Amino acid sequence: MTLLSVRDLTKTYPAAHGRRVQALSGVSLQITAGEVLGVVGESGCGKSTLGRAILRLAEADSGEILFDGQDLRRLSRSQMNAVRRDLQVVFQDPFGALNPRHKVGHILAEPLIVQGIPNREARVAEVLGLVGLPDSAAERYPHEFSGGQRQRIAIARALVLNPKLIVADEAVSALDVSVQSQILNLIASLRRKLGLSILFISHDLSVIRHVSDRIAVMYLGRIVETGPTEAVIAAPRHPYTQALLSAVPHLGRRQGRIRLEGEVPDPANPPPGCAFHTRCAQAMDICRQTRPVLTARDKGEVACHLT
Amino acid sequence: MVSDSQPVLALSDLRVEVGGRAIVEDVALTLHKGEMLGLVGESGCGKSVTALAILRLLAEPPMRIARGRIVLEGTDLVPLPEPALQRLRGQAMAMIFQEPMTSLNPVFSVGDQIAEAVRLHSDLTRAQARTRAAELLARVGIPAPESALDRYPHQMSGGQRQRVMIAMALAASPRLLVADEPTTALDVTVQAQILDLLDDLRRDSGMAVLLITHDLGVVSQYCDRVAVMYGGRIVETAPAADLFAHPRHRYAQALLATIPAANPPGAELPAIPGSVPPPGQRPQGCAFHPRCAAATDRCRADLPPLAELAPGHLAACWNPA
Repeated sequence: MTLLSVRDLTKTYPAAHGRRVQALSGVSLQITAGEVLGVVGESGCGKSTLGRAILRLAEADSGEILFDGQDLRRLSRSQMNAVRRDLQVVFQDPFGALNPRHKVGHILAEPLIVQGIPNREARVAEVLGLVGLPDSAAERYPHEFSGGQRQRIAIARALVLNPKLIVADEAVSALDVSVQSQILNLIASLRRKLGLSILFISHDLSVIRHVSDRIAVMYLGRIVETGPTEAVIAAPRHPYTQALLSAVPHLGRRQGRIRLEGEVPDPANPPPGCAFHTRCAQAMDICRQTRPVLTARDKGEVACHLT
Repeated sequence: MVSDSQPVLALSDLRVEVGGRAIVEDVALTLHKGEMLGLVGESGCGKSVTALAILRLLAEPPMRIARGRIVLEGTDLVPLPEPALQRLRGQAMAMIFQEPMTSLNPVFSVGDQIAEAVRLHSDLTRAQARTRAAELLARVGIPAPESALDRYPHQMSGGQRQRVMIAMALAASPRLLVADEPTTALDVTVQAQILDLLDDLRRDSGMAVLLITHDLGVVSQYCDRVAVMYGGRIVETAPAADLFAHPRHRYAQALLATIPAANPPGAELPAIPGSVPPPGQRPQGCAFHPRCAAATDRCRADLPPLAELAPGHLAACWNPA
């Protein structure tokens, strides 16, 4: 069953000299109930804007966000607040996301208060248990916890309303390696226990690979490739996906790497045709002129004239 | 890359304190010509403090080098007065940081800034320095270096700014480059370009590079040797290939085992419990023992010394793997 279906989502931001930054250009994706979709890409690819637009923390210019059958973009503020029970978010910086003046118990109870849900203390204790923190954590302040524990608190807050979908935006990126694995294990176990769907946004392909059922690779505001995780990792089709995989420093000496020239173009002035053609070693004339559309290939989709 | 000649850098018994409390202890490192040494560890382990101490760029006070020698090409930097240090910085040793934007002056063109670095360490004329700046930009892979001289930092991408920082660091051909998380703020495809550049530079010019990073993959791909820090001390040091093939310290072993890429997708990761202790709360004995699955009574009581377990492979662990 499809839980979230995003269709043709577009978002621009104003830039200097009256130009517009095209943050999202016709992005479409689907998440089924219980699925983890990993969205990976480099800075400026639009992955965070995508998460924010779905949550309506940033208003998209056009397109549809069908969540549980409703188009979120058509909902009023109060209707949207009701949907937020089912749609929660975890950000990168757990300290910035937690009010330092409030005890953890209050931080976790707040969404319950807003939604008018009773028996709050019991629910707070329950979610603390789910994320591996003791009941006594409710009586302490965020600064008394380590970075990893704070991210557990942020996850507990996202869980307290028992949502269907969580948008996790670089949720483990600020953590030390030894703590990152604890949080990845926690996310995996919560997902199994609660049947959660997760839109997992990260720049780190090795993390995305570990947690996701499917992957969507973004470049300059568009999805360039999607597919089941292992299919994309084992046989990436888009040259950008291939380069991204090849650039991840894995353990062991370097071997036969694809070395990309240059950097991601200015999103306020994207190149014509395929946005990746300026860095693609295999670019043909058509790549410089005509934008490739996302086309079904095997179990996934690719936007590339070469495939 | 082992050399019999005098090391470029020999750090011994380094102890850095804040308010009488040690944040870096017993640190010893040796770096030879053309060598790239990876100094790796998690936040708060003391790796950046060690880097700043080498260039004598620590905020002194409140920090203080309480003990140890930092010998650069035969000269101990610890007793040197600031003017002498200033001559060595840039000339003999240089440093690049994570965020080049904060190290570049936004109101001067990159050409002016590189030329200034050149003139500081030579008697070239203004015009000659500008020519040299263009050569340096070309060396670090900036396209159309002549026209790039007139650009300002904000007109460049993050990767290009880091190239400019490297060009400035190279201005006086230093023998030691300390690179503190130089690619952490960059995208992964750009990170690969910058690391390849540093690798080319040390191979071509013989410059020694101390690469400070939290990324084990980066170390394994680029470094000859690696030193792992935990709780303000070096807990293991070895040729990179040896350390990654056979980590001996329980911390290094656990750290390598926990990274997602070392595990099948979706599998439970062998996580390290707890978190890195902040400098004021380091436990007695081995600093890692509260998080260590193999800790013994001795680990809780006594500090393990760095011992050579195989040629060139040292670990400070009472119960090595």
